[in-house]
Formats: sequence, structure tokens, C-alpha cells
Amino acid sequence: MFHAVKKALLGAGVAAALAGMSAAADAKTELTMYYPVAVGGPLTKIVDGMVADFEKANPDIDVNAIYAGNYNDARIKALAALKSGQPAQLSVMFSIDIYELIEQDAIVAFDDIVKTDEEKAWLDSFYPTLMQNGRTAGKTWGIPFQRSTIVMYYNKDMFRAAGLDPEKAPATWDDLVAAAGKLTKADGSQWGLMIPSTGYPYWMFGALAMQNDQVLMNGAGNETYFDAPATVGALRFWKDLGSKHHVMPEGTIEWGTLRKNFLEGKTAIMWHSTGNLTAVKKGATFDFGVAMLPANKRRGTPTGGGNFYIFKKTTPAERTAAMKLIRFMTSPERAAQWSMATGYMGVSPAAYETAALKDYVKTFPYAAVARDQLKYATAELSTFQTGRVRKALDDAIQAALTGAKTPEAALKEAQATAERFLKPYM
Amino acid sequence: MTRDAMRHVYGWLLLTPAAILLVAFTHYPTVATVLDSLYSKGSAIRPSRFVGLGQYAQLADDPIFWKVLANNAWFALGTIPASVALAIAMALLVNRALPGRALVRMAYFTPTILPMIAVANIWLFFYTPDIGLIDQVLSVFGLPGHNWLGDTATVLPAIIAMTIWKEAGFFMIFYLAALQNIPPELGEAARLEGASRWTYFRRVLFPLLMPTTLFVLINAVLNSFKLVDHLFVLTKGGPDNASNLLLYYIFESAFSYFDTNYAATLTVVLLALLAVLALAQFFALDRRIHYW
Repeated sequence: MFHAVKKALLGAGVAAALAGMSAAADAKTELTMYYPVAVGGPLTKIVDGMVADFEKANPDIDVNAIYAGNYNDARIKALAALKSGQPAQLSVMFSIDIYELIEQDAIVAFDDIVKTDEEKAWLDSFYPTLMQNGRTAGKTWGIPFQRSTIVMYYNKDMFRAAGLDPEKAPATWDDLVAAAGKLTKADGSQWGLMIPSTGYPYWMFGALAMQNDQVLMNGAGNETYFDAPATVGALRFWKDLGSKHHVMPEGTIEWGTLRKNFLEGKTAIMWHSTGNLTAVKKGATFDFGVAMLPANKRRGTPTGGGNFYIFKKTTPAERTAAMKLIRFMTSPERAAQWSMATGYMGVSPAAYETAALKDYVKTFPYAAVARDQLKYATAELSTFQTGRVRKALDDAIQAALTGAKTPEAALKEAQATAERFLKPYM
Repeated sequence: MTRDAMRHVYGWLLLTPAAILLVAFTHYPTVATVLDSLYSKGSAIRPSRFVGLGQYAQLADDPIFWKVLANNAWFALGTIPASVALAIAMALLVNRALPGRALVRMAYFTPTILPMIAVANIWLFFYTPDIGLIDQVLSVFGLPGHNWLGDTATVLPAIIAMTIWKEAGFFMIFYLAALQNIPPELGEAARLEGASRWTYFRRVLFPLLMPTTLFVLINAVLNSFKLVDHLFVLTKGGPDNASNLLLYYIFESAFSYFDTNYAATLTVVLLALLAVLALAQFFALDRRIHYW
């Protein structure tokens, strides 16, 4: 028994010494990175492939990319690792986690890492709209990676069957109601429209509010506008789609099963993340179209998705290596490859200038809808105490959609809750 | 050292491994949770400070807390009696000579072996409006579909039904074991005396099963507070907290809102609640139980 222990200890000691020697020999920088996947499809394989390419190009850096579930799980795992003293150096996390991460003192601003003018210019090479959720207090904290907007997927075969022009997607709320009315079958076998209201209800609602020319919060993240008349109007419209116009099922609509609903022909139109584009393209047995969301007072959608963050507990060497990795993953060529593989956006204008993505857009024009919609886009709901504030809005939306409360009452309550949580940040 | 002292040391040494585990994983976390609940939420900018019972006052004012507590009560009331009754019925059925008995037993037990997350993923597609199994069966009979998980009135019953399906098989195993320990002479004697099968069950079998029932009841009560895995997949507590349960709310507070201190406060409430329920069951039922 004793001998076995001694042997094991000796073995461990030798291994540690050897590891130490080899580390000293080629001084490899090791990076641990968590990343989330929020939509369907084999996204982990694509990330792993890109990371492998990076390691090949940078033999002195070892990247340990860990798939960490959805956005919530990724944040929990990264912060838990941080607390346990075995932190990651960088992670892809929800773009809207920014205030929470700053308040936890977990991340470092990119302005404090970049040195050369060329690097500073790189910070401005992305679409400005995508930077809105990554910048606050005059600094850049997040670099866009898997970013999306909401787009409208529609079934062209059903449009034809209902006598609608399949090349002309509804461009206004009135058009949408009229078209969805024609597309809804009275026996309930086919709905005109589905907007998901579980999972990320506040996100879909951000689009409706923006179309009604109303943002949900200010840029400092300490004020919300949940009970503004235009916000209430947006929620009333959403509810009316089900309860008044009867073109959408009443109650809440499940985020997770919506794509299947669309692919099985249970709904003619769905609103969903562009991150689903490639999965829909592969799964659709019918002719489908992708369009920008319709306008009421204006067009609008929130951006969404994940940003790269660099953690504070890192050595200068690790920060440099992390910057290298981030620049590699967001370079125009990689962004183009990523966009084609998933449907997420190319994060910089340069990505859409690459030959690969140009050709792809030529054969599949819908790949550019998200980009074209960017000029109408706004930031995703993100405030201090963001989990609680978001939950207040989510609950209000669901309460209104299920008929438990009127849109006015529900949003008034949500605003009061948000104000209570945000008071210390004024 | 005297021989007596040595024996003491020896005794304590034997206890040490168990004591360390118990302290590290039960007592210390409990005490730490109670202490945490007395402090405010902290962050790097705003350090946590002692607020006494402030968190408990906030709790009393929190409408979501009362909502999840009520939901949990309905969830317990909905799942426990039904799954225990079903477990007894299934155990009685498969305890008899039955063609393909092993197969039936396995079928009843299968839901128990499946992980809750897998079960929830299966049921998510059962409950999906229009394309789900339930709505497709309904449509065969010409009935309209229903948005089971999207309606505040049906979401909790839908989750209760799924939990009963999952739990009953597990409890059945305990009842089956208990039934096989009951001497067959009792049944023969009852038949000789002309007792009906119902009387035999009510007057003989059920009282003899009481020790098992106590065990199953305690487990069922614990499970009704412990099982929340399915919420992650099915509803995330929605719509509008209609299916939110206490433990899921604790998770949300700790990991969505990063308010570990509020989560600690909720945990203390959960602990107290479970302790009271377990004690009540022991004291109320123990007297009526015939151990043999």
C-alpha cells in the first residue's frame, strides 16, 4: 500500500518537473476560453475548427476552447471559474452581460490593452451598431463575435397558395396583419405568424418597441422606458396579433420549438435570430424567404448575441495572446467563414468585402439581410442589475400575452420594479 | 496515556472520516448559508455589508417569492398523492401472476431511469402546440389544439402530469418490495373469513404498507421541492412565473442576478420548510404506523 502511494507521488513529481521543464523550454502561452451556443446546428465543430486553425498559425499559443452551454451557462461557468482561482483568460459571453461583468470587476477594457495606433483603429473597424452593447463609460469592453439581429423567415410556397406575392414580404405592421390573416387557416392547422415569447421575450419585444420608435433603456444602463406610451403600444400590438387578429396562437410561443414549427409548415412566418439561417436553409423542404422586420413608425430590431471579453486576472503575455486570438477570430476572412457556416453576421464591413462572402451573398442573397437591417438596429436590452430588470420585462410581456394583465398594467409594474433596482445607479 | 484515554482517541479517530465529510458538506454549508443571508449583495464596487434581517424583509415584500411558494404547494399537492396512489396501484398489479410480468414492471420503471432533462426534452415535444403528440392525438378526435406550456392556467398541471409519470415508477419499486414481504397466509386467512378484496386491502395490506408509505411520502415531499431540472428545458419558470418553483427561483437569484445573498435567504427558507415538513411527517404518521 505504502509503496503504491510512494510510487504514485514519485510519478506525479516527475511528471510535474517534466511539465515545468517543457513549459520553460518553449514558453507556451495557454488560454482557456468559454463559449456559448444559443441556436441549433453543429456550431461547436465550427468554433473548434477555427481554434485549430489559429493554433496552427500560432504554435506558441495553446487554446483550450470549452463549449459552455447557452449564454447563461457560459456566464455562470466563466464567473465560477474566476472565483475558484482557475480562471479563463477570455470568453465569448452575452453582449448584454457587460454591466454585470464591469460591476464584478471581472473584465478589462480593450482600450487598456491596445497599444499601437493600428490596434486602436482595429477597435473601430466593426459595425458601430454592434459596438453599442460593448461600449459604456467611454470604453470598449466587448468585441463582437457571434452577433445577430432578428429577421423574418417566411414560407414562399404558402405565400403563393394564399395569393400573396412571394417576393414581397410584409413591410409594415398593417401589411403583416393583412398577410398573416390570409395565411392563417381557420381550422388551426396553419398559423400566419409566430413570434417566440419564451427564452428571450425582451429581445423580440425590443424589435417591436423600436418599430414603434421607442428604445427600452438609455446608454448608461441606469434608466428604462418600459411604461412609455410607445412601449405599451408595441406590447398591445403583439398581444392583438393573437387575441384580436387571430393570426398567431394565443399564449406564449416556445423559442426552442419554433424553428421546427416553421419547418413543419405550422406557421407561414416566424421571427427568429439570423443565427438560425443556415439551419433553416438546410432543413427547409420548401421555398423560403428572409426579410427585414416590418416597420410601424420605422423599421427596427435589436442586435443580439455574444461578444469577446478579456478577463482582468490575466498576465500581460496572456492578454497579448488573447488579443491575437480575438483578432484572428474576428478577422474579415474568419468572420466571413463564420457567417456562412451559421448565419450570424459578418461583424465588420470588411467581412462582406471578402471574395468568399461576396460570392455567397450572390448565390444566397438572404445572407445579407441582417447586414442591411443593421442601419435600423439598436442595442439589446442591457442595464445594471440586468438579470432582474430583464426578468421584470419578460414577466410583463408573458403576463400580457397570456391575458393575466393588460399591457399597461404589466409594463407599469415592470417599470416600477426596474426603477427600484436601478435607483442605486442613478 | 492511560488505557481509557487511548480508547477515547481510538473512538474519535474512527469517527473522524465521517465527521469531516458531514461537517464539510452538510454543517458548514448550512451555517455559511445562514450567515450569508444576513449580508447584502456585494460586488467589486459595492462591498457586501451586514443588514441583519433586511433580506428577509425584502423576501416578505417580494411578490415572486410568494408566487413560487404557492406554486410549490400546488406542485406538491398535485404530484404527491397522485404518484403515491398510482405507485400502489401499479405495484399491486405487477405483484400478481401476469403474463409478461417482467416486461410490464420494466415499462413502469423506465421513466425513472431516464434523466429528468431527457424526459423534459421528450415532453417538450409532447406539449408543443399543433405538432406535439398530445395535440395530434386530440386532432384525431377533432378536438382543437392547446398551447399547454404557453397558458398560465395549464402550464403547472402540465408539469405536474409529467412529474407523476416520472416519479410513480420509482415509488412502485418500494411498494413492490414491501408487498413481497407480506406473508401470503394473511391473504388466505382473509379469504377464509370471507373478506372482500377491498376490505383486505384497506384493513390488512395498506396498514402493513405504512412504513413504506412514510418513506415514500418523505421522499415525495423532498422531491417536490428538489426537482426543478425540467423547468430549465420546459418553461424557465414562465409564462409570468406561472410554473416557477422555489428551487428554480433560488437558482435564478444566484446565477442570473448574481445575488448570492438573496439566494442564501431563500435557501434558509427552503431548509426550514423541509425540516418542518419532515418532522411533521415523522411525528404525525409515526404513531399510526404498525412496524412488524
